[in-house]
Formats: sequence, structure tokens, C-alpha cells
Amino acid sequence: MSAQSGSRRSAAPPARGRWLIRGARPLGEPPTDILIEGALITGMAASGRGGRELAAGGDVTMLDASDLIALPGLVDLHTHLREPGREDAETVASGTAAAALGGYTAVHAMANTEPVADTAGVVEQVWRLGRQAGYCDVCPVGAVTAGLDGSQLAELGAMADSAARVRVFSDDGRCVSDATLMRRALEYVKAFDGVIAQHAQEPRLTQGAQVNEGEMSARLGLAGWPAVAEEAIIARDCLLAAHVGSALHVCHVSTAGSVEIIRWAKSKGWRVTAEVTPHHLLLTDELTASYDPVFKVNPPLRTAADVAALRAGLADGTIDCVATDHAPHPAESKETEWSEAAFGMTGLETALRVVHEAMVSTGLLDWSSVANRMSVRPAAIGRLSDIAAEQGDMRHGCPVAAGSPANLVLYDPQPIRQVDPAAHASRSRNSPFAGLKLPGQVIATFLRGTPSVLDGRLAS
Amino acid sequence: MNRHLISAADLSLDDAVAILDTAEELARLAQRPIPKLPTLRGRTVVNLFYEDSTRTRISFEAAAKRLSADVINFSAKGSSVAKGESLKDTALTLQAMGADAVVIRHSASGAPHRLARWVRGSVVNAGDGTHEHPTQALLDAFTMRRRLGRLEGLRVSIVGDILHSRVARSNVWLLRTLGAQVTLVAPPTLLPVAVGGWPCSVSYDLSSVLPASDVVMMLRVQHERMSDAYFPSVREYRRRYGLDGDRMALLPDHAIVMHPGPMNRGIEIAAEVADSPRSTIVEQVTNGVSVRMAVLYLLLSGSREPDQPAVAGDRALVTAGGPTGTAGRSQVRVEVP
Repeated sequence: MSAQSGSRRSAAPPARGRWLIRGARPLGEPPTDILIEGALITGMAASGRGGRELAAGGDVTMLDASDLIALPGLVDLHTHLREPGREDAETVASGTAAAALGGYTAVHAMANTEPVADTAGVVEQVWRLGRQAGYCDVCPVGAVTAGLDGSQLAELGAMADSAARVRVFSDDGRCVSDATLMRRALEYVKAFDGVIAQHAQEPRLTQGAQVNEGEMSARLGLAGWPAVAEEAIIARDCLLAAHVGSALHVCHVSTAGSVEIIRWAKSKGWRVTAEVTPHHLLLTDELTASYDPVFKVNPPLRTAADVAALRAGLADGTIDCVATDHAPHPAESKETEWSEAAFGMTGLETALRVVHEAMVSTGLLDWSSVANRMSVRPAAIGRLSDIAAEQGDMRHGCPVAAGSPANLVLYDPQPIRQVDPAAHASRSRNSPFAGLKLPGQVIATFLRGTPSVLDGRLAS
Repeated sequence: MNRHLISAADLSLDDAVAILDTAEELARLAQRPIPKLPTLRGRTVVNLFYEDSTRTRISFEAAAKRLSADVINFSAKGSSVAKGESLKDTALTLQAMGADAVVIRHSASGAPHRLARWVRGSVVNAGDGTHEHPTQALLDAFTMRRRLGRLEGLRVSIVGDILHSRVARSNVWLLRTLGAQVTLVAPPTLLPVAVGGWPCSVSYDLSSVLPASDVVMMLRVQHERMSDAYFPSVREYRRRYGLDGDRMALLPDHAIVMHPGPMNRGIEIAAEVADSPRSTIVEQVTNGVSVRMAVLYLLLSGSREPDQPAVAGDRALVTAGGPTGTAGRSQVRVEVP
């Protein structure tokens, strides 16, 4: 059934209440009816048999979800919402609307705002803005160092104890390059089960770097960004995490060598996790030949061999999850010379489709594994499975099963359409996938039983 | 040849030979009492220079003026962003003024690619960052052909800071197309790590390649490379990679010495070499005007009338005849007001 079909439209106003989602395929499994009551999934039954009984009791909104795949609401460990400070690029409201349209029910907002999210005050502000917007949960990431300047620890404990309950800390955009400071940060967050998410980029090896160092940088005359600049930091940090017995998360892994190092660290039983972005799973540095800065990103697009290694690493679990590194920028930051342009790409609204193209269409992941890499694992790394125990309603990455919070995405895998950034809810248009034909469409997203997206559009 | 000249790699063999042959005719023309052609009368050529380069700007200016084009010099030193106006806005301004060609020199690699998306006229790359400098490579090839009579099979050694050299890149692609054999000579720190994929050979030892070189091209070495630890000292660089009289004696008798300028006398090239009969350094400057005339002529003297927008890829190179052989045709063309 097509996405445009009127039967997907619910007659009743979208509101928290009772929903019967009929014929959806949880994680790609056979058609199932899913009953949502309040904020929870309260019943599931194979379609054609128990559906009517599930709905007994009347006053339920039916949603025809035949041929749609139901996944737990997606969780992004790496989003730049830009607010406070760069509301011309994105706001918490526009960024979370984009997230909901991409199937996300929780996003981690990176700390490199203006002011930096390095105090309880700023993280609480971002958290509250997320609550007000209501499209998805916003989990602020706290800065590791004050002002992201890499010299002094920020008040990590205060952020952890704040209303925002910060557990993930990162100087993302910059590397915590000082080995002693990194060691201390890893040690310090053990007190509240935190994790340090490292942007692995050796600064001296990447001064002025623009594109992956290799064939393309040589030909284009752009300063090279060597793979070793990423791999050396990852190797160091894995050893540090092992030494102090803490948790390291590696942001946006981009090279084959990084995958190898993380595989080795995991084989030792060390607490190392890692993410890969959708763009690093699909695009290569060949695209930089146009000098179009829409392809300028940190870390840079790498070679086809790196892309293959990243896909294999995500498939075998070496890389735990997909994280968007959604990095919106206004047009003037990209309509310029390559070396003047800002680093970053938008990604929230295309992530699931890109993963479908790069991982599912290639047979590397099934839908159950997609749920694992885009919801279950990132929720666990972001400590969104544990907080639940105390707070009740912030659980994410739970199974699509009775008793779970009703955080769900319904995805139609059939349509194949061109990506049109002008149609995105993000305030920015810097999608590297513009014009690319990608499969799939998010039809509906539920956050604790309330639809944030219905019929492929934001639910008002 | 497409509408722009941005990379030497975009030139086919026919394109490249046509430019060199046209430049040869134009060079002969320069011997006449009044070395000026009406070919580009009514056309506007903008020199958009974001970097100081008096020699290249003057060369393009002389070339355009000898073809009777109107020349506008737009100097915007420093980065576009630092100056407040973006490259795109500058491009739109030039477009509004009706520039038929924009000759751009910019410190950012790829700036001409970006410019070509925003203007309708032809874009000529006069050096972009550490990427390319195609007219320099064309004038170098022109000089080699004049001195040595051929390019096919010529053994050309390019010596110095290959990593940061737009001259080296353009020469590697153009000389490959023209059938010469290129050897790059540099300390390993000043070669791209992926140089193995380029159509040339590589040596770290200057003295060993000189006996088998028909052409040796010395590149300017920047002092600031030393502070970035690309090499230990100027003294050591000179000792290992400088061309002095003793080293020059290793060259075959017919071999020539080139330098794109400006030279660091006493560093990469000794004064006795720069001033020797083998040196083509002054000829290169002269030839630069002829080659740039040929490029502007071939890009602009085609079918398009002033003020009419071009369609991408519409420009076919005039391969038959040339500016002097087709002088009548040029006259007819400019009669259109």
C-alpha cells in the first residue's frame, strides 16, 4: 500500500490515547497488530487473529500499517542542534522536527553551542527546549573541557546531577588531545556511569587539513587529512580506557584502520563502543573532485575501501551504532571556496534511508539488526535504558513488545525517491544526498504513545 | 576543449596542440610593428586576483589587450571572506557587468571550479592554491617545444616542493597528455603520499636524474616550509636539491633549465645557472603572453556574441587555421556590433 494512501490517515486527531497499529511488521517479522495505550505498548497479536480483541473496549484510533516495518524509535548519539547561539542554522525545535521525520525519538545534542554546553545551566536549557518542542527527547551532551578549549575539565558532575541527567560527555568538533586530560575525564565520569565520546583527531597531523589524504588530496591540491590522525588517537584512548577501567565511545569512525583497532580493543573486553555516520557508509572522497563544500565534513569522506570496512564493522558489531553527526549550516557557510567552507552535513532526515541503501539493500543487515544499530545500542551507550529505571519515561531502545514505552517508527521500505533538501524540516539545506535516489520513507513516529509524525508529515 | 580552462588535466591532446600552435602563430605576429589583433574587440576580460602576482596579471593583461579586449583588473588581496564579500557575490557582480572571461588567481584550491558555477562567461585558472596553474604548464610546454623541437618522449625533471606546487601538478597532467616522460625530484616530505598513482616517476636524488634529463624545471622553495619541518635547513636543501654549476654540468649538452619564477637565487637555483645560456627563464615570460593570447582567443573568439549567455559545453576549439590564418574571419566577426 502506498504512502499516499488515505487509509493511513487517521480520522481522529492525533493525540495520546489508544492506537491500534494494524499489520505492521516488527523488525521485518510477519504482520502484527500493536496496541498503544497511553505511553506504553500494551498488546501485540499476529494480524488477522487477535487484532479485534486487542481493540476491544472501543475508542481506539486504527492505523493501517500493512507492509510497513515497525522499529523501536531511533536514537541518535550525535546531533548538532545549534541552539543556543546559531539559531540561523538550526533550533532545538527545527532539529527535533527533522529528527522525528527521520524516525528518531531521542537525540543527543552536542555541546559545541554558543555558549558551550559546559554547565548545568546550559544543558538544562537545551533539555527544556526539547521538552517544549515535544518532537523527540533531547539528551544534552556535556562538554568535557570548559569552553571546549581542551585545558580544564568542565563541571561534569554538576551536569550529571542536573535535570538534564547528562551521561555522555564530548568536546565533539575538537579532540581531547591532551592524554592526561583524557585520562582524567575517563576516570572522573566513572562516579556517575558516564561515557566520554571522543572526536578522534590528532590536531598537529591535521593542521589545515581539508580532505582525506590520498589520491584525491594529491590531485586536488587540498591539504591531506591522514587516516593515522584518527587511528592514533583511537588507539591511545582505547589503552587509556582499559587502564582506568572506564567507558570510551568513539565518534564518527571513518577509516578501515580505526575499525581494526576497535575490533582489537573489544576482543580484549575493554569498554569501548563506536559509531559510524550514514555519510561515511555511503559516500567517498571521489565526490570532493567537484570542490563543492556540501561534501566537506569532519572527519572527511574516505575511500571506497574504508567504506567497505565500515560497513563490515557495523555488520559484525565492531561498530555499535549509526549516529548522524547532523551538522546544519546556513547556505553562506557552504556557498564559498572549499577551504573557507564549514565542515558538516545534515543527516537526521535521511539516516534510515541511507542505512537501508548501504546496509539492508546490500544484505549486510536485516531489520532486526537495523533496530539494534539505530536504537537499542545507541540507547544503551547513551544510558537511556538505565535512566528509565528511576525516571520511568526516558527509556529508549526497548523491544517492540507489550510493556515497552510506545516509542516506535513505522517505515515504508518500498518507495524510491530523490532526496530534496528543500523539503526538509531542518533549517539548513546542506545534505550531501541531495538529488540522490534513496529507498524508503518514514510514515509515522510515536513518542511515548503520541505521534510526532503521521502520514510522513509532522503531526501538529 | 570546454568553455573554461581550469585544469590541465581537462585538455585533450588536440586541445593542447591547438593552443601551442595558435600561440606559435601569435608569437610570430608579435614581431610585426603593431602587434595587435582586433579579434576580441568588444569583449571584456576581468582579471580577478585574490593573490599578489604582478607577473601573471600583467601577462594576462598584455595578452587580452593585444587581442583588443577590454580589460578590467579586480584586485581583492586576502581571502574573500576576510574582505567581507564572498566569492559568489563577487562573481554575481562580474556577471552583471558582462564579463566574457574571468581570469582568476586565488589562494584556495578549487576557487575557479566554484566561480565557474556562478558566472556565465569563461573561467581561466591563473593559479589556485596548491592545485593547478594550467597556463604556466602550457607556456612551459611551448618553451620546451621551441627550444628542443618536440615534446613527445622528452625527459622532463621537475625539482622541488611538489606537494604545494600548482605548477608541478599542471605540468604533470599536461606533459603526460603531450607524451613527455616526467620525473619528480624532491625530498619525500615534499611529495604527496599518493604520488605513486601519478603518471610519472619519482626520485629523491637530483644528481642521479640530471644525466638523463632533457629539461630540468626548478620550483621555488618557500622558506616557511622549513619551520613546518619539511626539511631541516635552507643550507641542507640547497646542498641536496639546489641546481648549481657543478650539478648543471651533469646535464646533456642540449638540456635546458627552466624556472616558473620568482626565483630564490642561491637556494634552489644558483645565479650562474639562472643566467646561463641553458636557462629559458626570460623566454618563459615572453612566451607566457603568446600562450595566454592563444587561450583567450580559443575560448572567446567562437560563436558567442557579447552579452549572450553561454550554454555549458558549447565551446568547440577552433582547430583548423588560426588567428593570423583566419584574420579575415576575425574581422568579419567583430563587425557584428
